Amino acid sequence: MSALIEADGLGVSLGGQSVLRDVSLSVAPGEIVTVVGPNGSGKSTLVRCLIGGLPAGTGAVRRAVGLRLGYVPQRLAVAATLPMTVARFLSLPRRASRADVATALERTGADGLQRRQMDDLSGGQRQRVALARALLNQPDLLVLDEPTTGLDQPGAADFYRLIERLRDDTGCAVLMVSHDLHVVMAASDRVICLNGHVCCEGRPAQVAEAPAYRALFGTGTGGALALYRHEHDHAHHDHDHGTAA
Amino acid sequence: MTLLDDFLARAVLAGSGAALAAAPLGCMAIWRRMAFFSDATAHAALLGVALAIAVDVPVALGILAAALAMAVLTAALSERARSADTILAVLAHSGLAIGLLAVATLPGRSIDLHAFLFGDLLAVSRADVGVVWLGAAAVLAALAWRWQALLTTTLDPDLAAAAGYDPRRERLILSVTLAIVVAVAIKVVGALLIAALLVIPAAAARPFADTPERMVGIAALLGQAATLGGLTLSWRFDLPAGPAIVAVAAAAFALSALRR
Repeated sequence: MSALIEADGLGVSLGGQSVLRDVSLSVAPGEIVTVVGPNGSGKSTLVRCLIGGLPAGTGAVRRAVGLRLGYVPQRLAVAATLPMTVARFLSLPRRASRADVATALERTGADGLQRRQMDDLSGGQRQRVALARALLNQPDLLVLDEPTTGLDQPGAADFYRLIERLRDDTGCAVLMVSHDLHVVMAASDRVICLNGHVCCEGRPAQVAEAPAYRALFGTGTGGALALYRHEHDHAHHDHDHGTAA
Repeated sequence: MTLLDDFLARAVLAGSGAALAAAPLGCMAIWRRMAFFSDATAHAALLGVALAIAVDVPVALGILAAALAMAVLTAALSERARSADTILAVLAHSGLAIGLLAVATLPGRSIDLHAFLFGDLLAVSRADVGVVWLGAAAVLAALAWRWQALLTTTLDPDLAAAAGYDPRRERLILSVTLAIVVAVAIKVVGALLIAALLVIPAAAARPFADTPERMVGIAALLGQAATLGGLTLSWRFDLPAGPAIVAVAAAAFALSALRR
């Protein structure tokens, strides 16, 4: 299986300071990869490089030819001076039909918000709307930068469940960045632990046990990566991911 | 048709053309917080006038070149610097000062400084009207062509990058169109009030709009109303046309602020 997107020995310096060093990672089709790291570990810089918003200093970022990328930014700050309905936002940058807009909003649980102004939305609504916009491009890869910032625990758990369901429905791969160390999706196929460089990576349960992870994040919540556990309410689920330690 | 009708008709045509081109760009200036950016670009026009006369090329060309250079410079600097506001303010006002010095050093005081600072709408020629509408058409066409990308970049540059657009390229489009509007509008309201013609109708339109496009449409209508109202005041009470247009736009803004 060839990678959708790949960082190869990626290094970035900002303002003379090294932010990322020798980061190599790849995302395969249909895979859910979560990058966790403390504040200042270069997570957002990594995302910006992957989506093409920032050039690689050293190394390279390679994207599969014709890759359709759906990006959900961390916090969409719509200026108060810019009038923007949800429906209009979903038509950026590509025009979307009214029916497609309605379908996308429905899929992310944000139906009926079309006529609302973007800056009137709650944090959770805004995330779902941003996700709906990304889905309109029929992405092969969804990139989400700290999507649960500002959501409470049940809200975050709901959002993770939504991402997982979308992956199961559409088969798109997901690359998600999180500082939310205590709630990482159990549905992640891989967790990559970042602190300027890749400290460790593996299945969620493996990473939780890794000495590098424990050295970086200490022993909060008993030293374990508390995995978000979802209810297996669908008979056709055949996940075999690890469970919380 | 009498001579009087004719020069008034020319003034109305030139004024409405400039106000029309100013509407989408003025909205962009507000959304992107670049009011000083338009000020700096407009003030550089004065330097362009002086340089054009010094090297004997058409004045409009000098204005366009100087405004374009300033627009590209300020766009690049504000992208890099942390205190963009300060740098733009410094550039806007020092650009004006240096332009005034350059005009003062011209031999024989060969230009009407007042006309370039405050506009001279009642004296526009047929050719001027043609230049205004040509420039306005170019600006509107360029903005319509890049509109979706410009809006996306304005919302979030990374959102645009992820969709395959280069935010720097979109900024360049804005710089070029702004320089054209400056070159076109200097006859209408003058270098000192171009930023006002851009920003005030757009700001007045904001409370009435729910989408970016409606805001541009309302700003365009308000710009037309301000042009007609300002010219009427100017004609009736023998007032300078450029400041009258801006004052009418400001009154519209005050009324719209009450609605909020």
